[in-house]
Amino acid sequence: MPLKSSWRGAIRCGRLGLAALVIMSAPLSLSAQKNSCVDCHLGMDDALKAPAEGFNADVHKQFGLSCQDCHGGNPAQDDVELAKDRSFKGSPERAKIPEFCGSCHSNSEYMRRFNPNLRVDQLVLYWTSQHGQLLKKGDTSGAVCTDCHGVHGIQPASFPKSQVFPWNIPQTCGRCHSSADTMKAYGISIKQVDDYKQSVHARALFEKKDLSAPVCNDCHGNHGAAPPEISSIAFVCRQCHPSAGDLFSKSPHKEAFDSLGISECEACHGNHRISPPSDELLAGGKQDVCVQCHEAGTEAHRTGLQIRKQIDDFVSSSEAAKSLLAAAERKGVEVSEAQFKLQDAKTALVLARNLTHGLSLPEIEANLGAGGKVLAEVKVRGEAALSEAKFRRSGLIIATAFIILLAAALYLKIRDLKGSAKHEG
Amino acid sequence: MSKWQEKVEAYLEPRFQLSAIRNFANKKKVPEHRHSFWYFFGGICLFLFIIQVLTGVLLLLYYTPSVDTAHESVQFIMSQVKFGWLIRSVHSWTANILVGVLFIHMFSTFFLKAYRPPRELTWITGFLLLVLFLAFGFSGYLLPWNELSFFATRVGTDIAGVIPFVGKALKTFILGGQEVSDATLTRFFWLHVAVLPAIAILIMGIHIILVQTLGMSKPIGVGETKEISFFPEFILKDALGWLIILAVVGAVCVFLPWEAGPKADPFASTPLGIKPEWYFTFMFTTLKLVPAHIFTIEGEILAVLGFMLGGLLLMLVPFLDRGAAREKRSPIFSAVGLAVVLYIVVMTALTYLAPNIGK
Repeated sequence: MPLKSSWRGAIRCGRLGLAALVIMSAPLSLSAQKNSCVDCHLGMDDALKAPAEGFNADVHKQFGLSCQDCHGGNPAQDDVELAKDRSFKGSPERAKIPEFCGSCHSNSEYMRRFNPNLRVDQLVLYWTSQHGQLLKKGDTSGAVCTDCHGVHGIQPASFPKSQVFPWNIPQTCGRCHSSADTMKAYGISIKQVDDYKQSVHARALFEKKDLSAPVCNDCHGNHGAAPPEISSIAFVCRQCHPSAGDLFSKSPHKEAFDSLGISECEACHGNHRISPPSDELLAGGKQDVCVQCHEAGTEAHRTGLQIRKQIDDFVSSSEAAKSLLAAAERKGVEVSEAQFKLQDAKTALVLARNLTHGLSLPEIEANLGAGGKVLAEVKVRGEAALSEAKFRRSGLIIATAFIILLAAALYLKIRDLKGSAKHEG
Repeated sequence: MSKWQEKVEAYLEPRFQLSAIRNFANKKKVPEHRHSFWYFFGGICLFLFIIQVLTGVLLLLYYTPSVDTAHESVQFIMSQVKFGWLIRSVHSWTANILVGVLFIHMFSTFFLKAYRPPRELTWITGFLLLVLFLAFGFSGYLLPWNELSFFATRVGTDIAGVIPFVGKALKTFILGGQEVSDATLTRFFWLHVAVLPAIAILIMGIHIILVQTLGMSKPIGVGETKEISFFPEFILKDALGWLIILAVVGAVCVFLPWEAGPKADPFASTPLGIKPEWYFTFMFTTLKLVPAHIFTIEGEILAVLGFMLGGLLLMLVPFLDRGAAREKRSPIFSAVGLAVVLYIVVMTALTYLAPNIGK
């Protein structure tokens, strides 16, 4: 059935309208991809060009965010006035940066869209930190988000080039905490970072590349950074050293330290410049820490000396067994099993050294006793290996002598044959 | 001759025709001239091969070819088995000395032009034996499953993988997969103790029969010379050389026993300075030095093809050196041979003296 002319007209109009819509929407879709902020800033001087350049490597860009998501405005507009419309926020004042970043990062509903596992308590923690407290008081010298994370070109903490990646953190904190000018007003020492760099923790981090080694934020907190109270230092250290902490809690030192208000671990090991643990820290050692409280000659100090002697004796026996095996190895005898066994003695020594935190001499003796049995076994094996080396050399001399004898006999026989051949010739 | 000896001989004679063998040995003569020293290297190769077989068979008593147990079994042999350290060290050291002596034997034969007719097949079987013993070395190196051998095998099989057209398939076949794994160890063990020995004994048998029937070749220009009897004079001289080698091997094994090394960890990163066994290092260093591209072809591919072509030409040299075939000196072949020897020596030395070269 033929359509009425009015229906035909309507369909024609509809088609035309659809075509017009497609044509008109084309520039719209093009302008949606356009970012006039970046286009303009790239043509500006260094300071204003940097944000546009840095943003290319920014984690926010990777998640699809753009300039207007933080700064507002309309990047689709070419005209500066039109681009900086009513929604334009510009750069926040320094004092407002935490709230500026927190407007998204504290919004769990918003953050869930990008990473459901990301914490959203940074701002709350920040206000509890020394930095946040200073800002609350109107002091803008304290660190805000951008001081640690950067501004444009922010990287996730897991990215090795990030300012907050473990091995960059001492440098990041040190930018302010090692600056005499910045710290002067607060009466804070500026040696912490230098001290830390000489510590056993820094050696583990920088030399062994052990990312589990603690840096500033592991003891002080990150967003809630604050110096730990005397009573809480021990808990901070126990995060990684629970066994030493438990032993200390059972020791007579615990009550004494608590009553005197001395911080537990720090009293003997120090804080930022924590040296590698050494037997020299024990009573009678070059760095004897016991004498800080117990004078030499007192009963407590004598107990300390006994502990040290036990450990020293074990170390000497262990070294002797080790050199015995090394000598056998140099002589070509396979001693890897005995060397493996020596690891058990090493473990006993490590445990005994840890037991010094508990100050129980019988426990230390029992542990070293078990290790001593291992050392005795290793010594027997080492001696057997050395006598095996001797046996091999003696065997070689006898075998070589026999071969030389045989070779000489052969030589004489060949000469004899030659002589007979000449004679026959 | 005592009565019982006569009885034994009377029993054996009709069965083995001993008198024919004795007559052959008595009549066989070996020329003696200023180059006859080089004749002894063939016998030394045979002696070292016999040691390889004997010590290899003994190692089989304790060695287990699996990634979980291979290294442990070698360590057990070295530390717990009575004289295990000696058997394993002799096996490893003689394997290396054997490859070295094979090279000397091959190049001395080359320079003396002993490949001249009718000894073309003696040369070809000898060349094939060298290739087989290189394969013995390559497959045996992995068996202790230690760190060095694991990564050296990975490097070696990667090189095989660049051969055009067949490289990838060849690499997969050698490895038994895409990576050096348990399957590779099983394959290498199978090759090392079953396939290669069977082929080697067959070719060695042909090689020795040819040497015995055709006799020793006299170098070009050496006229009538004195001759010595093959048995007992030459054999006794040979035995003297064997005894010297035995004394050297004994001393080396006592003072420098072959180490088991740390167990291979496939997940560990490749240790610095990894290189194959010394007899492959001239190829290894060449591959490091060759430019990434030569014209439009990948340098590595070109180098591998170059080595394959070089090997083929060396095998076919009896048919290429027509001058020598007519008993004429062929200085060009000698010069090329000398250049090849120099190249191998320089490249091998560079591997150890300048390990970072080409990086």
